[in-house]
Amino acid sequence: MSSFLEIRGLSARLAGTGQRLLRSVDISLPAGSVRGLVGESGAGKSMIGKAVLGVLPKAVEIIEGEILLDGQDLQKVSPGERRRLIGAKAALIPQDPLTALNPSRRIGPQITDRLVDILGWTKARAAARALEVLAEVSIPEPERIMRLYPHELSGGMRQRILIASAFAAEPKLIVADEPTTALDVTVQKQILKLISELQARHGTALLFVTHDLGVVSKVCDTLSVLYAGKVVEDTTVERFFAAPQHAYSSALLAATPRHTDPSSSLKPVPREVTDAVAAEVAVDDTTWRPNGGVRG
Amino acid sequence: MLDGRGSIRRRAGARLWLSALWLALFVLAALLAPWISPHDPLAQDLMLGRLPPAWMAGAEPGYWLGTDSLGRDVLSRIIHGARIALIVALIAGTATCLLGSTLGLVAGFYRGWADRLISRLVDIWMAFPPVLFAILLIAVLGTGLTSVILAIVIIDWTRFCRVVRAETLNQSKMDYVHSAKVAGFTRLRTLVAEILPNVLPTIIALLTLEMGIAVIVEAILSFVNLSISTDQPTWGGMIAEGRTSIHQAWWVLVFPLIALFFTVLAFAQFGDGLRERFDPVLR
Repeated sequence: MSSFLEIRGLSARLAGTGQRLLRSVDISLPAGSVRGLVGESGAGKSMIGKAVLGVLPKAVEIIEGEILLDGQDLQKVSPGERRRLIGAKAALIPQDPLTALNPSRRIGPQITDRLVDILGWTKARAAARALEVLAEVSIPEPERIMRLYPHELSGGMRQRILIASAFAAEPKLIVADEPTTALDVTVQKQILKLISELQARHGTALLFVTHDLGVVSKVCDTLSVLYAGKVVEDTTVERFFAAPQHAYSSALLAATPRHTDPSSSLKPVPREVTDAVAAEVAVDDTTWRPNGGVRG
Repeated sequence: MLDGRGSIRRRAGARLWLSALWLALFVLAALLAPWISPHDPLAQDLMLGRLPPAWMAGAEPGYWLGTDSLGRDVLSRIIHGARIALIVALIAGTATCLLGSTLGLVAGFYRGWADRLISRLVDIWMAFPPVLFAILLIAVLGTGLTSVILAIVIIDWTRFCRVVRAETLNQSKMDYVHSAKVAGFTRLRTLVAEILPNVLPTIIALLTLEMGIAVIVEAILSFVNLSISTDQPTWGGMIAEGRTSIHQAWWVLVFPLIALFFTVLAFAQFGDGLRERFDPVLR
């Protein structure tokens, strides 16, 4: 059975220095399933999300590999074609709800513009759909909210709007780039629940980029652990939390703070483990530096 | 937060209304000059030369702000001078804004060779001393209103270009631009519909500032006798003429100077006031 999103042997590097950012990454995401991408800062998890959505920074170049979205290789189509393909089939739930909505424009058109301009819906249909999805993410008085500016709403409300906006066009794939990182802990939980519910109801495939293993255990079916741009473990969530296969995965899991035992101290990933995984991942690579990642 | 915002609003209000009031007077004076000025601004009467303003000893009734050495009414000349100032402010200001902002948006958003070309051009432009550049341009283009406007546009577009480019660069990094890209919008649509509304408050503030600057530049060019022909009263021209008789008749110099000062100040304050009042983000 072929997956909705299939990444095969994807490698990328920084154009100027030649620093490797992704090393032969394989990820497959069947329609309707949720995969977590975890790893520390600079491991390349956001980079994969950006590659899938065709918004890699200009300085990043893909060396080899393919990204198949619904069977079509994104590397082989024209930029305009790629833009329309991604716009119609995929969507993004961004990290920071405070900057992801245009501050100078009202909420309504920010949701409907895409439906009208890219998907060719009528204005009335797009407006009706916007009201529908806003209600679905439990936003009170959606008609009123659509006339407001983003600064008139709280961070949690804005993230709900962004989620609604992502689901508005019924995409087959959503990339969620640390969607709860910028939020209050109490709001985080609600937002996660909301994303999970919507994902299940709409049968959307979800690529969930996060550094929070707690989040992964709640939301994901499968996960890929990344280190220095390489997938070091590709497994299901049950198997991962029961018995991680890779030494780095176990160390990462052990480093997660436990709320059940406040007296236990935080365990950093031991140096031997990072050295070992670095050696394994970056054989013969002089360009690799710890935490040398690039943010787009 | 509400309190802080409220107080900012109130202050912006006073500033906005005062500057708007002065600008309204200025525009009315310019539009209605032939009907409201008490005398013909060009009529000379050597018998009435260097009359002081109305409240001083030796004043002649009807000549509120006195007369210059040729006996021309200062108030009437200021009112007529507002016409040239208004035309220059509107046309030169707007044209400068359009040229500079467009180049700034293109450079800041598309980057690459366009940005390199435009930025180098700005650097080169900035190396010229502006007033000398203006004088040189007028010498080449010839005197006259069109030349003055052209000179202002050619010199001052960099002011818009630099600021708008920087602001566009800033906005381009925002996540909403990223989201627009993911959504599949074209680059041009993203620039015009997403970024421009966020840069617009800056552009408007700059535009009003530029209108004030245009009035000053016109005055400077009049002062060195390179602007409009001498039979058309201008504030700069009046200041230049008043300079020679500052000890005998200070009013010939001071009143156009006051008009110039308040107009330039009002333009700048009006722009800032507008921005604080209407920018939804209230930066």
